[in-house]
Amino acid sequence: MAPAPELEAIGVVKRYGALLANDHIDLTVESGEILAVMGENGAGKSTLMSLLYGLQRPDEGRILLRGAEVRFSSALDAIAAGMGMVHQAFKLFDSLTVWENVVFGAEPRRGPFIDRRAARAQVESLTEAHGLRVDPDAIVGALSVGVRQRIEILKALYRRARVLILDEPTAVLTPQERDGLFAVMRRLAGEGRTILFVTHKLHEAMAIADRVTVLRDARVVARMRTSQTTQSEIVRAMTGRNVDLQISRGVAAAGAPLLEVEGLTVAGAGAKPLVEGASFQVRAGEIVGLAGVAGNGQTELVEALTGLRVPDKGAVRVAGATLTARDVAAHRHAGLAYIPEDRVAVGAALGADATDNLAMGFHRAAPLSHRGLLNVAAMVKRARELIAKFNVKIASERALAGSLSGGNLQKMVVARELSHEAPVLIAEQPTRGVDIGAIEFIHGQLIAERDIGRAVLLVSAELTEILGLSDRILVMYEGRIVADMARSQASEEKLGLLMAGRTAAS
Amino acid sequence: MSDFLTPFLMQSAVQAITPILLAALAGALCGAVGVFNMAMEGQMLIGAFAAICGSYASHSAGVGVGVAIAASVAFSLILAYGATVFRGDAVVICIGMNLLASGLTAYLLRALFNVSGTFSDPAIAGLSRIRIPLMPSIPILGWGLARQTAITWGAWALVIVVALVLFKTPVGLRMRGVGERPDAAETLGVDVNRYRIVTVLVSGALCGLAGAQLSLGAVNVFAEDMTAGRGWIAVVAVMLGRGHPLYCAAACALFGFADAVGLRLQGLGLPNQLTDIAPYVVTLAALAISHRARNSNALGKADRDV
Ligand SMILES: Nc1ncnc2c1ncn2[C@@H]1O[C@H](COP(=O)(O)OP(=O)(O)OP(=O)(O)O)[C@@H](O)[C@H]1O
Ligand SMILES: [Mg+2]
Repeated sequence: MAPAPELEAIGVVKRYGALLANDHIDLTVESGEILAVMGENGAGKSTLMSLLYGLQRPDEGRILLRGAEVRFSSALDAIAAGMGMVHQAFKLFDSLTVWENVVFGAEPRRGPFIDRRAARAQVESLTEAHGLRVDPDAIVGALSVGVRQRIEILKALYRRARVLILDEPTAVLTPQERDGLFAVMRRLAGEGRTILFVTHKLHEAMAIADRVTVLRDARVVARMRTSQTTQSEIVRAMTGRNVDLQISRGVAAAGAPLLEVEGLTVAGAGAKPLVEGASFQVRAGEIVGLAGVAGNGQTELVEALTGLRVPDKGAVRVAGATLTARDVAAHRHAGLAYIPEDRVAVGAALGADATDNLAMGFHRAAPLSHRGLLNVAAMVKRARELIAKFNVKIASERALAGSLSGGNLQKMVVARELSHEAPVLIAEQPTRGVDIGAIEFIHGQLIAERDIGRAVLLVSAELTEILGLSDRILVMYEGRIVADMARSQASEEKLGLLMAGRTAAS
Repeated sequence: MSDFLTPFLMQSAVQAITPILLAALAGALCGAVGVFNMAMEGQMLIGAFAAICGSYASHSAGVGVGVAIAASVAFSLILAYGATVFRGDAVVICIGMNLLASGLTAYLLRALFNVSGTFSDPAIAGLSRIRIPLMPSIPILGWGLARQTAITWGAWALVIVVALVLFKTPVGLRMRGVGERPDAAETLGVDVNRYRIVTVLVSGALCGLAGAQLSLGAVNVFAEDMTAGRGWIAVVAVMLGRGHPLYCAAACALFGFADAVGLRLQGLGLPNQLTDIAPYVVTLAALAISHRARNSNALGKADRDV
């Protein structure tokens, strides 16, 4: 008889009120295997992971770990049974050091005190054994996203996790950080650990996973071996139709400059400015892509452009109006729409319902506001229209934004900003965490915006997205714009070099 | 200098610091677990009253201290459960507790002892003072420490204990984690509510001691609202010291000293209406200065990073 699988779910069901989030799901993972769980936004992937990890209890069905049925009443039971989960939003203590974060709750002791030496040594040996480079004494708040993710993995390994669940681990990583994570995942699987990971990216699933399980509308619709399938087959399983992965677009007919930036400088805490003398234009009817490895000043540049941050030098003009150092409302009023990178903290109010979220920024003027009072009927009507148009999966327009799946929340933010119909649109990582169908849709919308004569600034960590959509491409490195070229002159290799701080060999 | 800082002045300065210091430690502990405790004024007042009752009934200062701690801990149950299990707003609860303590002690004073305003009685045993030989011959510091109660000595020892617990023990690490990110602490198996409840009760014990020192430490009297803002000064000390026990203690020492200097200036003929405000002026100045320092630190993006 073959040994029992490492982890098995049999007929698992989870309901949220009337909504069926997991419908009799069967799932099996062998030890040492990497399983990708894929599916459209709202298909129930995160729900399934939280059931496996004991964050919620299934309404029906059984979960077996190494052949024995388990009933976790909390994540603690799951941890004790050798499971670990890295959440999409990290759960770390920013003010504490790396080693303190790792040992928290299970500290080695000497007498009444924490055995600091032993704790550090254990963390250090874990980092070495698994190739997770990180300084145990660093303060977590100062570390980059990629390093924080490693700390989360370390936390799980410190608690002797044999099964590791990663929910969209690559969504917030730079390409380099992602490669680092994949190396770690391969290593862990090689040691006999089991990894389940959720992703929307086909090439990632193909590159790292042994098998793919596809969910659609709360059910498992396909189980495949990556060695025996193709990307388009996975897509068909996810969406139930053929999706054109190529971005098709016509030529741009660029007009007058709508967004003008001159010598923009944002000082940092250290001597080096975060953004240094950035100058560029985005004209009507063109999409300008801003490429760069995360942390090279793109975030700060966009904050300065949108009024979230006051620049130290330089000027910003939107549709001819000088906006330097004015507030966000003035920017929006002058004609700027903004899809922020962080949909949870900046883009949406999770505690408010979809109607309110979709009305935000439009609440001061007619038709949503009438003589200083909100017109609730108009707000609801607007919310319904946008939800339908952007195909947001939500129970009703009165459901809280916090109950939406990650990708649907992103669709809601995109819906609101595109409805602004402003001459200038700044889209920062607009497709992060959204499924393939939605990516296709959002890309189509961006191109449509361009075609009706709007100026679009696209900030993205995905080179394929930049290359696929942009008419002109800017590259940012260490706070400066180091290249400004037409799409026809750009290639993946050239951009890669520029992003790494090398000048392109012409 | 030694004309200005007499032995008596130093002794009263050190004595004046004790209750503020204990209350500040209480506040720092609660702050560490993420409960904003502003009820120290009320917790202390209950302790001061209970200490008098206990000592009056038993003729023993020790019993008085024990009753003070018990009463203040019991009173703290309101905040301990209100801010956790019942999810109340700590600020609102604390304001309520301070008002309740003030009214309740005034009422009980009348009901139990049939007096209003103040109560003192020869039957009340005060805390004895520890005399240390040779100490009075050391100028300034020696004068200050020569004749103090065990509570005063204990308070300074507790500063060290609290600092060690917070920064060197597993319990302290977990407390700080609970204060910073309760959701993360919860997923790592730390019972957030339990940590908060126990910490608030410990703060009650510390404030009970502070109250006993107030009513039994010097003149064996209870007066309505005799805490007179010391709990609030402790709140400020916690803020100034950013919740670090050692810095909080330094802030308390500063206030105590300002208080003593005020007294001394009064002795030199300045009107007491003017000198009484000395500690408050120092408080405001210290707050303003520390706020400026913090603002210039927070420049840049650091404060926005999540
Ligand atoms: N706490 C909740 N209350 C109500 N509905 C919920 C809750 N959590 C999830 N849902 C709903 O359950 C469905 C499945 O959500 P889930 O988060 O599992 O999707 P997902 O596959 O992870 O999607 P994404 O790729 O967008 O992250 C969605 O329709 C979502 O709105
Ligand atoms: Mg999800």
